[in-house]
Amino acid sequence: MSESLFSKKNMALLTGPLNSSNPVTVQVLGICSALAVTAKLKPAIVMAISVTLVVAFANVIISLLRNTIPNRIRIIVQLVVISFLVIVVDQILKAYVYDVSKQLSVFVGLIITNCILMGRLEAFALGNKPWPSFLDGIGNGAGYGMILIIIAFVRELLGSGTVFNYRIIPESWYITNGGFYANNGMLILPPMALIIVGVVIWVQRSRNRKLIDN
Amino acid sequence: MDRNKNSYTFIYASVMVALVAGILSWVALALKPAQQLNVDTETKQNILAAANEHVSAADADRIYGDKITAAYVVNSKGAKVDGDAFALCGQMKKQHALPEAERRLPVFEFKGTEGTKYIFPLYGAGLWGPIWGYIALNDDMSTIYGANFSHQSETPGLGAEISTEKFQAQFKGKNIFEGETLRSITVAKSNESAPAEYRVDAISGGTLTSKGLQAMLLSDLKSYEAFLKNHKSEEK
Repeated sequence: MSESLFSKKNMALLTGPLNSSNPVTVQVLGICSALAVTAKLKPAIVMAISVTLVVAFANVIISLLRNTIPNRIRIIVQLVVISFLVIVVDQILKAYVYDVSKQLSVFVGLIITNCILMGRLEAFALGNKPWPSFLDGIGNGAGYGMILIIIAFVRELLGSGTVFNYRIIPESWYITNGGFYANNGMLILPPMALIIVGVVIWVQRSRNRKLIDN
Repeated sequence: MDRNKNSYTFIYASVMVALVAGILSWVALALKPAQQLNVDTETKQNILAAANEHVSAADADRIYGDKITAAYVVNSKGAKVDGDAFALCGQMKKQHALPEAERRLPVFEFKGTEGTKYIFPLYGAGLWGPIWGYIALNDDMSTIYGANFSHQSETPGLGAEISTEKFQAQFKGKNIFEGETLRSITVAKSNESAPAEYRVDAISGGTLTSKGLQAMLLSDLKSYEAFLKNHKSEEK
């Protein structure tokens, strides 16, 4: 292999998912968890890191095994690899960041059903070498995580008046304290996350005209 | 090697499953102590929080050791029985499946700046899943000193509000006994019938969780009724 590790082609694997092939806004994958874990920034970031790690390592494992996997059970093999990694992540979260693992509760387990993972394994890792697969996994995880963090930032700021649990909107502004402001309770609920995803998609498409369907 | 042969597929699948199962069991065993420690620490934090002592996870163990002066188990007749009170807090679900006469009920004594408080664990059903908590009573076994509630999956912003300090602070100073009858606490709208002494405001939009909380308080305090009454008469 004469190609360098960070050749242009490889870097495109990393940066593509951040923009023109973003898994959430362009491929519209992984939406359910983007709605569920984005009420606060901290769980959103932990979720983003967890998914990135799982998709990157699942990609590497599948890519290493790609010439041995029996074709008829390849989907099952992919699922076993993903579930294996997800359970390990879940156990580690429970042991070392207990409060976050409680907030994420069932959604860590549901990483298994995140379409981004199966999508990348099937579309990329089965046909590529481990290193590009790893980059592809990190890129897609980051693209997913980026959207999660944008949504969580907006929802936490407007829904709870905080960022990373630090108060941004002063207590004295609130109606209960004689002010004029109230948090928007709608933003705490998942439907508003969907609307924010919509806004992100709209902004992205108006800046990147190539993405608009004819 | 022919990757489409049945035997290859079978062997591949078996080896993969055995390997993955082996590694996962090892991971689970290796992380078990750290996970149990987290659960125990949280229980200690919650017990202390019921007595209005909010501590960080790092301090929980030390302050729990300092302030909780006694922990014992009673039965529904109020008599002390053998058992590990702290371990029972982790088995509330199992205990609640038993008939009342066989249940073992943990009691914690908390000694703070305001005298001895008695802390009782509670367990019940919210709207979507279990809710649980701890309630601290003053020496008279009727006035509430503090309360702490947790839930598994109540709706954020609605039912989940039971775990906020704002909601829990309402319980302080309320009474669970009206004369000699255990009245418990009504969780309802402020214009509803129960007098303020026996009532806290329910959560708007969280009616079913509030009702579940009310039912949990009544049924679990009921199982301690004999113990509470015995203790009350001792005081006099």
